[in-house]
Amino acid sequence: MALPKVAIDTEILWNTPVGSDVYELTVQGGGIVTQAQPGQFIHLQIPSGDVFLRRPFGIADTDENEGQLTMYYRVMGKGTRVLTALKRGDVVNCLGPLGHGFSLNAKRPLLVGGGMGLAPLLYLAKRFRGKADVLMGGRNRDELFWEKIFAPYVRKTFVATDDGSLGTKGFTTELLPKVLGNEAYDCVYTCGPEIMMRGIANIAAQKGVACQVSLEKRMACGLGACLSCVCDTANEERKKICKDGPVFWAQDVFFAQ
Amino acid sequence: MHRNPRLAVDFLGISMDTPVMTASGTFGFGEEFEDFADLAELGAVVVKGTTLYPRRGNEGVRIAETPSGMLNSIGLENPGVEYFLQSILPRISKYHMNVIVNISGSSAEEYGKLAERLDVPGVAAIELNVSCPNVKDGGIIFGTDPKAAAEVVAQAKKHTKKPVILKLSPNVTDIAEMARAGEAAGADALSLINTLMGMAIDIRTWRPVLGNITGGLSGPCVKPVALRMVWQVAQAVKIPIIGMGGIMTAEDAVEFFLAGASAVEVGTANFCDPSVTRNIIRGLDAYLKQRNLSHISELIGQLKVDKE
Ligand SMILES: Cc1cc2nc3c(=O)[nH]c(=O)nc-3n(C[C@H](O)[C@H](O)[C@H](O)COP(=O)(O)OP(=O)(O)OC[C@H]3O[C@@H](n4cnc5c(N)ncnc54)[C@H](O)[C@@H]3O)c2cc1C
Ligand SMILES: Cc1cc2nc3c(=O)[nH]c(=O)nc-3n(C[C@H](O)[C@H](O)[C@H](O)COP(=O)(O)O)c2cc1C
Ligand code: FES
Repeated sequence: MALPKVAIDTEILWNTPVGSDVYELTVQGGGIVTQAQPGQFIHLQIPSGDVFLRRPFGIADTDENEGQLTMYYRVMGKGTRVLTALKRGDVVNCLGPLGHGFSLNAKRPLLVGGGMGLAPLLYLAKRFRGKADVLMGGRNRDELFWEKIFAPYVRKTFVATDDGSLGTKGFTTELLPKVLGNEAYDCVYTCGPEIMMRGIANIAAQKGVACQVSLEKRMACGLGACLSCVCDTANEERKKICKDGPVFWAQDVFFAQ
Repeated sequence: MHRNPRLAVDFLGISMDTPVMTASGTFGFGEEFEDFADLAELGAVVVKGTTLYPRRGNEGVRIAETPSGMLNSIGLENPGVEYFLQSILPRISKYHMNVIVNISGSSAEEYGKLAERLDVPGVAAIELNVSCPNVKDGGIIFGTDPKAAAEVVAQAKKHTKKPVILKLSPNVTDIAEMARAGEAAGADALSLINTLMGMAIDIRTWRPVLGNITGGLSGPCVKPVALRMVWQVAQAVKIPIIGMGGIMTAEDAVEFFLAGASAVEVGTANFCDPSVTRNIIRGLDAYLKQRNLSHISELIGQLKVDKE
């Protein structure tokens, strides 16, 4: 039985920039916190008459003792811009936890994240209690403020930047074969731009390592009711990213078309 | 047992705790909202548009936010009537809600077949979607041509004993004419409005935002148009009307009742707040109480247009 989802007014504890145009948003998360699983997301109502639909953000961290729930967001358009103006004490309505998260069975997990895709992977890293390694990619040093944030929760960190300003110059897909060659990982968990995830999933498949991916699509309800967010699957059936995902086994959603 | 004497209604012979229903395509099969809405308290859940065979719906981006509303081009994705009957209907029976099935066909005969298949226990009524702007092979023609709409109603009526509700498209010049055609063909009730055809353009790529290019507009931005149409239709027919289009609050719903609706459907608002129907029901009750009215029927069609 699925645990109940809730839509609750949450108080903002902090909403602070952590990189250029990226903010950490922590709220008093109430009942959502104890149920949240890595890979699940929150559908956030932006308190502005100009923003109509909710906006989905991955759960990046929780603190069960303090009842805190953390998300990271990049300023992309109208909704996220409005979000940046909110202050401690302001209230936002959180709907969640939504969707199905990552499998937690791996013994030797490798997390591969690109840009904001690192947000949900942070919570996964934490759950793996130091068992996981992370391979992170971004355009430049500024985008990889994540390195410090991940440090307490992971064993090894591999870094790739497009411009070489931090770590290896290039994409995560260029670094991955080497990383996989060094150790016997039993599962790759990836979140980021779809083109990156497809590349990662391909390499993992070639090396015979299981792979989970976290998909994104525009959402309205977030509850599996409106069919805004469907994706194609290997067995022809369409799946709802908000409800059946956002996390899927790579071979179920990335297949030769 | 009705829980609320001010809101309980008998609509088309269906006993409803409240005249507040949920609109097709916005509330799944009801079960998706079990944590948020009191499903049995809803007048009915109008389930997703169902077709004879499964449909995959449209490709690409399916929604776009617009000022005070949204566009959708889902394209009637649904598992088909047989799957609905075998798997979904039995599964949702435990919620004890009235289930109205919204159906869509590509010929009048197909509507007849669907009506016949759905003439089963557990289905309270059927709603004919003759106005889906998002599919090419049907729908829209029945929604804009009074003769075609009448034929669809006649076929459905012929094949089912359930109440038949004709859902009207706002994408017409004369909504009253469509309403009269539906009434004359034997529709038990009319529901309106379906979405208004619209589009959105991405100025960075010079491409339409929606994969289907155009889509249906819904949400508070359509409410004035919906209200006007409900009012016009109420002048034109005697059969009951279900009003919808942009209802977000109890106050919005009151406007629809005053314009002549006997019941309302709540659609897009469920995306903003999954418990919105609960609030609308509470708010309606509070409004009636505050105005010293003993029943919702005292509001229906009470719009005053004469000069005092
Ligand atoms: C399951 C899921 C988890 C996500 N997690 C995060 C996260 O942790 N951090 C983060 O920064 N971003 C995340 N995103 C992307 C984030 O939801 C969008 O960047 C955000 O909605 C943009 O809103 P906006 O109003 O600023 O942009 P606008 O472009 O003004 O938004 C217009 C519409 O498009 C939708 N939209 C725009 N971009 C996206 C996108 N990439 N994916 C889905 N819908 C989009 C919006 O929700 C809105 O309905 C996630 C998306 C999904 C589906
Ligand atoms: C995502 C979405 C899917 C819809 N699907 C259907 C459908 O399958 N059949 C139908 O008759 N109307 C469908 N509609 C229209 C609604 O039932 C309703 O008529 C319309 O949205 C206006 O009401 P609202 O503004 O309260 O949403 C859909 C609307 C939306 C937003
Ligand atoms: S967002 Fe409504 S079904 Fe996924």
